[in-house]
Amino acid sequence: MTPTESFAPFLQRLAAADLICEQQAARGLAPAQLVAVQAEDWGRLGNEASVWGCRWVACWGEDVADAIRISACFEHAGAYLVARTAVPRATPALPSHTPSYPGADRPERHLRDMLGVVFTDHPDARRWTRHQAWKDSEYPLRRDFPAAGRPPAQTPADHQYNFLPAHGSGVYEIPVGPVHAGVIEPGHFRFQAVGETVLNLEERLGYVHKGIEKIAEGRDAGGLARLAGRVSGDSTVAHAWAACMAMEKAARVEVPQRALWLRALMCERERVANHVGDIGAMLNDIAFAFGFIQFARLREQWQRVSREAFGHRFMMDCIVPGGVGVDLDERFISAMRDEADALRKQIGKLMAIVNDLPSVADRVRGAGVLKPEYAKALGCVGYVGRASGMNFDVRRDAPYPPYDRLKVAVPLHHYGDVNARARTRLEEIAASFDLIEALLAGLPAGPIRAGWGAPAPGAEGLGLVEGWRGEIMTFVRFGEDGRIARFFPRDPSWTTWPALELLIHDNIVPDFPVCNKSVNGSYSGHDL
Amino acid sequence: MLRIFGKIQRIGIITEPVPRLDEPALSEIGEQLAAHIGELFGGSLAIREVDAGSCNGCELEIHALDNPYYGIERFGVHFVASPRHADMLLVTGPVSRHMEAALRRTYDATPEPRLVIAVGECGANGGEFGTSYASCGAVSNVIPVDAVIRGCPPTPLDLMRGILEAIGRKT
Ligand code: SF4
Repeated sequence: MTPTESFAPFLQRLAAADLICEQQAARGLAPAQLVAVQAEDWGRLGNEASVWGCRWVACWGEDVADAIRISACFEHAGAYLVARTAVPRATPALPSHTPSYPGADRPERHLRDMLGVVFTDHPDARRWTRHQAWKDSEYPLRRDFPAAGRPPAQTPADHQYNFLPAHGSGVYEIPVGPVHAGVIEPGHFRFQAVGETVLNLEERLGYVHKGIEKIAEGRDAGGLARLAGRVSGDSTVAHAWAACMAMEKAARVEVPQRALWLRALMCERERVANHVGDIGAMLNDIAFAFGFIQFARLREQWQRVSREAFGHRFMMDCIVPGGVGVDLDERFISAMRDEADALRKQIGKLMAIVNDLPSVADRVRGAGVLKPEYAKALGCVGYVGRASGMNFDVRRDAPYPPYDRLKVAVPLHHYGDVNARARTRLEEIAASFDLIEALLAGLPAGPIRAGWGAPAPGAEGLGLVEGWRGEIMTFVRFGEDGRIARFFPRDPSWTTWPALELLIHDNIVPDFPVCNKSVNGSYSGHDL
Repeated sequence: MLRIFGKIQRIGIITEPVPRLDEPALSEIGEQLAAHIGELFGGSLAIREVDAGSCNGCELEIHALDNPYYGIERFGVHFVASPRHADMLLVTGPVSRHMEAALRRTYDATPEPRLVIAVGECGANGGEFGTSYASCGAVSNVIPVDAVIRGCPPTPLDLMRGILEAIGRKT
């Protein structure tokens, strides 16, 4: 079914509800469909989409002279729809999608902090991405805001954020971060607990906001690919791919087959590396050092092969606009096949040991349950969604080459606890091994990079890639001279950070590390 | 339990005695590191890692120092949870303005004499992110830095070499 067909009943539904909506040429956004609606209908559109069963993917804005253009992306049965509206720059107000989609809460607050768009019926008036580096009257993504900004000589700590207060006898708070005890990214967690039981967790993120959307402006295509590869270093391949896909669609560049297959090979290698490392880290968080060390060993071996084959342990900067920057030497075809085989066996043996230990089962079963209805309400993607019944994977449901020619097995669980997320990830590793085998066997010959031609000013593109954390959606618009006018990467962590707040309810504080690791949201990918 | 012991015995010690991918040999760097740590820090170097705005790539490689291939703990280096227990701060990322105050406070909480190493291209000079409304750029723009370890991200061996150089320079 083409996207036009799959959204046709929805558009009829909107027409029946007297919601004027004009279909526009999608161009670089295709296969997504593009519709324009009136700003006053924005909230009703969200409501209709929610009732019809769409997943809310993302929203972003662009400063276009006298107006702010706002886009929201929805997904239904593997088809994507981009809805668009505009509000006057002087009075940029429109209804919110948050009443219909709880997952839109923080993305809309981000948009408000960055562009000054007011969502009139948004339930939370607090800022999100902004701390103290710019004033509440300044909006970094407005055109008249210089990338250098006007920061104070020293940026003070953000101590005036209104956390939800807790009352009652025996209730106490545990503030954690931004500097954490381990070697991890910074963020703040405010726990409210009674005894050991967590009553409520509130996250405060934004500490690693690096102005990625702003500093992308004015870059050339190669520069954007490098920046995208650093949105979240653990997902460098997936983010670079999504950004390049968006740019290539905008510029109508045909990427050679071999390059697409190599991109997928790298992306699957990235998935395996992260899942293997995280399974070990989860075992570490339940004090099973043996498992941690063993999985860390396997991850290190895997990364060394990535480096030998592609020149970088994380394959950073290997994906470039128009293709890939490094070719795969013939000798790695059999070497990588053997490597995947060996790793599959090793993991099997280790898991036989791990599965046999009641003390492991005791810690991971029933811990950190994300109920399927919550996962659905938040639009959770990736293994967090799939461990809670969200049956979606871009590679299978909206396949982009080369996955359109490969069989992608997508594991699905429903219980939503730490155990289910770990199982999902182990099964995803196995599925990646099958894909790696198929990719190596079918790797087409030919060039690895197409020539790059700057697209017309205003050209836009949408990239959709299943990274190891889940669906990455990246929007790119070009300006003059092939320079970037707008870059918006939506990391899947936007959907899973709020899930962590929900799944930790009624768990004990000492189980937070393993619950958190089983989700493993990216701070950098979220804070931008 | 038996299977765990079996596995441990079969895998044996994989911690690297000979160079495989990089020069100079890991063991060589490690031994020098251990010798210096012995002299300067009573045999134990406590490091507090601070992500001040990194993309998390540098953190992954710092983590790798603890895997059984590099096993940095055997040279007396360990990562601690509090700056108050630390001899050294290993700071990654361009310093985001939202982390600026936290980094200064972490620095102030670290007892003297303290060593600060800026890690990665970002820590050294702001890297891809540079200086902007949201980023202070290099770590040295915020706190005094004793040494930098370049690379995006630096490999685990680069990190070990960099730590060694930094404490060597202190003598
Ligand atoms: S140096 Fe590279 S890997 Fe390290 S934080 Fe910067 S971009 Fe990420």
